Amino acid sequence: MVLAVRRPKQAKGSLRMPIPTPFHPRTSALCTSYRWKQWAGYYAVCSYEMNHEREYFAFRHAAGLLDVSPLYKYDVGGRDAAAFLSRVMARDVRKLKVGQVGYCCWCNEEGHVLDDGTVTRLDDTRVRVTAAEPALAWLDRNRRGFDVALEDVSERIATLALQGPNSREILKQVCGADVERLKFFRATATKLDGLAAVVTRTGYTGDLGYEVWVARDDALALWDALVAAGKPYGLEPAGLDALDVTRVEAGFILNGVDYFGARDCVIPSQKSTPYEIGLGGTVHLDRDPFVGQEALKREVARGSEWAFVGLEIKWDEMERLYDSFGLPPHLPATAWRTAVPVYANGKQVGQATSGTWSPLLKRNLALASLRTPHAKLGTPLEIEHTIEYQRRTLPATVVEKPFFDPERKRA
Amino acid sequence: MMAKSYDAIIIGAGHNGLVCAAYLAKAGRKVLVLERRHLVGGAAVTEELHPGFKFSVCSYVVSLMRPQIIRDLELPKYGFDLLPLDCAFLPLPDGRSLARWNDYARTRQEISRFSKKDAEVYPEYGHVMMQMGRFSKPIIDDVPPDPTSMNPFEILKLLRLGKRFRELGEDNGIAALKLFTMSAVDFLNEWFESDVLKAPMSVSGIIGTFLGVRSPGTAYVLLHHYMGEIDGAFRSWGFCRGGNGAVSNAIAAAARHYGAEIRIEAPIARVLVKDGTAEGVVLENGEEIRARLVVSSLDPNRTFLRLVGKEHLDPEFATSIERFKLRGSSGKVNLALDRVPEFTCRPGDGPHLRGDIAICPSVDYLERAYDEAKYGDFSSRPYLNVVIPSLSDPSVAPPGKHVMSIFVQYAPYKLKEGPAAWPQKRDAFGDAVIDTLAEYCPTLKESILYRQVLSPWDLEQQFGLTEGNIFHGELSLEQLLFMRPVAKWARYRTPIRSLWICGSGSHPGGGVMGAPGQIAAREILKAGAV
Ligand SMILES: Cc1cc2nc3c(=O)[nH]c(=O)nc-3n(C[C@H](O)[C@H](O)[C@H](O)COP(=O)(O)OP(=O)(O)OC[C@H]3O[C@@H](n4cnc5c(N)ncnc54)[C@H](O)[C@@H]3O)c2cc1C
Repeated sequence: MVLAVRRPKQAKGSLRMPIPTPFHPRTSALCTSYRWKQWAGYYAVCSYEMNHEREYFAFRHAAGLLDVSPLYKYDVGGRDAAAFLSRVMARDVRKLKVGQVGYCCWCNEEGHVLDDGTVTRLDDTRVRVTAAEPALAWLDRNRRGFDVALEDVSERIATLALQGPNSREILKQVCGADVERLKFFRATATKLDGLAAVVTRTGYTGDLGYEVWVARDDALALWDALVAAGKPYGLEPAGLDALDVTRVEAGFILNGVDYFGARDCVIPSQKSTPYEIGLGGTVHLDRDPFVGQEALKREVARGSEWAFVGLEIKWDEMERLYDSFGLPPHLPATAWRTAVPVYANGKQVGQATSGTWSPLLKRNLALASLRTPHAKLGTPLEIEHTIEYQRRTLPATVVEKPFFDPERKRA
Repeated sequence: MMAKSYDAIIIGAGHNGLVCAAYLAKAGRKVLVLERRHLVGGAAVTEELHPGFKFSVCSYVVSLMRPQIIRDLELPKYGFDLLPLDCAFLPLPDGRSLARWNDYARTRQEISRFSKKDAEVYPEYGHVMMQMGRFSKPIIDDVPPDPTSMNPFEILKLLRLGKRFRELGEDNGIAALKLFTMSAVDFLNEWFESDVLKAPMSVSGIIGTFLGVRSPGTAYVLLHHYMGEIDGAFRSWGFCRGGNGAVSNAIAAAARHYGAEIRIEAPIARVLVKDGTAEGVVLENGEEIRARLVVSSLDPNRTFLRLVGKEHLDPEFATSIERFKLRGSSGKVNLALDRVPEFTCRPGDGPHLRGDIAICPSVDYLERAYDEAKYGDFSSRPYLNVVIPSLSDPSVAPPGKHVMSIFVQYAPYKLKEGPAAWPQKRDAFGDAVIDTLAEYCPTLKESILYRQVLSPWDLEQQFGLTEGNIFHGELSLEQLLFMRPVAKWARYRTPIRSLWICGSGSHPGGGVMGAPGQIAAREILKAGAV
């Protein structure tokens, strides 16, 4: 096995960063705002127009097309592929049937989360893992004793997320009946406008949606086919700013924002276990050994110290606070991700790590890590809010998450 | 025959009637809403007029809908979902055009092609209007203060408004005073030099009134339209996903959730009045339904002169209701299109088509349109406000096809031949509208799959809007605030005991905002009326 190095494609040997994704010729032509950021070393569009609003509403009302090629992708091949991944992941990957996708996290021996991502059983001997951070060395390190081949396919495969209520209709135009039957968190190999593709019914918007995986060289043909098919259905290319609003509405955590992979942490308090960040449901604890199992068992016996919750910030009080300054209520235009303290009766009990005004739900929402005794639904709390350079607090309540969970997502 | 009894009967399931019903039901009252048509919504409805094409038949954009109501009734849960409009597009006959965007830098560039000075003044104007929108927000969220009252609460309320007024600062305060007296055009003349701004901006002052942009008092109405807010941002407009009927359906769903009963196809013939007290209603089929309280969401004319009847009214009150000006002046053309319309001045599809498109190239054009109407004709070249909601919300048309909504002014209810001449003139009116738009959009005619033309007479017949007035009474200065519908009766009560009003004919007026319904419910509960 070779440890593949991410090689910039634009000029052989060039080490210029960031590097373009396979869709760059299309996305850069459309990105009239020049609003880009770096995602895993790649150029990624924040918003195609100066404002992400239209892209957000496309996600929620029609369909948005998002380049997610920067995701790290690893193919694990061989007889032991599923068994191996069950050893390194908190989830028992063997339980996934062929054609099924599972949401997973993986931990170190102390039970601290390293990263989270999806695992897709492509066939009997091949499983694809996606990750927010590089994972090849770590997978390789745990490989001993298993008959598996690891391949970093991050650069070889180009991926588009097609998300929103019209995504199924659009996909049907280009790949026929295969997608119509595709259930939530399932994968299928198919032909898309003649291109060999894997389609998974997954995504990061919490809505009906798909991700389409093709060989790098087919990227532009895939983009063109989806854009042409999507036009009558209101498809819009969408960037990360719009995605960020949808992912908060969907209550999804983000590595590097709502928690930090244990390898990036300097002090223990920065680390998190799956239970502490709301990923407890992805842990299959009582089974043969996996990395972190002992520590996680101890945590379950003892009870977790932290919990990950949804908060709603009360509008009326916010409006009143602004009015007392003579100002109209002000909402940030984009989702925010600078953590702020959360208090219970004046004592800090945690932090809100990201949030957004939901134009759809008309609610001011946040995701927060709280000490367990304060994490029950309905708990009244206060969240820090800066107004005119003055630090104040606003009342907030622990509410149910996901905030947005339409039936069509699973239907 | 006596049917079972209710705490309150609401006449009409327009959005205001539904809001009022929802609040009363939420407070535990037993409520029955009776609607004449086969669907709820009144002037906020979506109807599939042509297979696969869903039209916001009357109202077509939302801005004034009170955020408090959206939260209180949890409307997003029931499908209330707004898509903001990002552009106001003005095509011109000479091939030029102006698009104003929410992004100021972009707007400045557009305006400076006409006037560099106006481009800079534009945000200053927006700022002052925003301040005044804030000043007037408490006005539309509460009962109007009564300036003749000696009640300390009233005086306090006026003082509070006075304080807000002082907070506006001297310059803004003067601007506010001017707003009450000037014409829309005079007011805008103080700010801008170019017609491409003054024409489309002055139009807000005359929507739904039988006045011209140069008529005094129209400036205030500009502000009324600036009070709209979406998510705390003043002056923003949006489409409701699924059309404006989705607003009404969401409110109806919330009302039902709280236990309100809604009956459609139940036209009311009259209000049962005995000894000056309303005791219930009689349907057109003769069915009698009793309730402790009757709340009408119909326009004042219809409520008092048709359903109650003059015989129950004090003559002075009856006269003032008769004088209440309705004077419908607008119509609507709805089109199903087989393609995206293309404007000669800005060819191709693009974001400029996703907002509202105004046909009003100059102030004189608007004034000429008014002149024709003054003498009882529809304008041969009318003001048009065009939207293509299917570009933002594909759910309202088949893939690749579009719905176009065209709001038209002036179309006077009282034609010189009389209102009953409208059925003969309807097609000619529709043709004038299409011809006007086709001057900017030459392929329009061949792309039309279906057309619906609504004259003010049709609005009266189909939607029960007396004289076809879209706001249940003109939004002119003398019919607003503590004078809506008439002085001394601006607080949802009526001279008939147990009869209240909650429609657009009451304070703060017309538009899809729900405020009359909400404040009426609040006042009813506060008064312990049920
Ligand atoms: C063509 C047009 C375009 C407009 N555009 C906009 C816009 O874009 N944005 C905006 O904010 N506002 C707009 N408006 C104004 C807005 O739609 C109205 O002000 C508002 O919808 C009125 O609501 P309401 O509940 O007060 O009354 P209505 O909606 O008129 O409701 C009254 C209800 O009572 C029913 N009714 C009548 N008679 C009887 C009876 N005898 N028995 C039982 N029921 C009866 C009617 O059928 C109706 O459902 C427009 C209006 C029109 C007509």
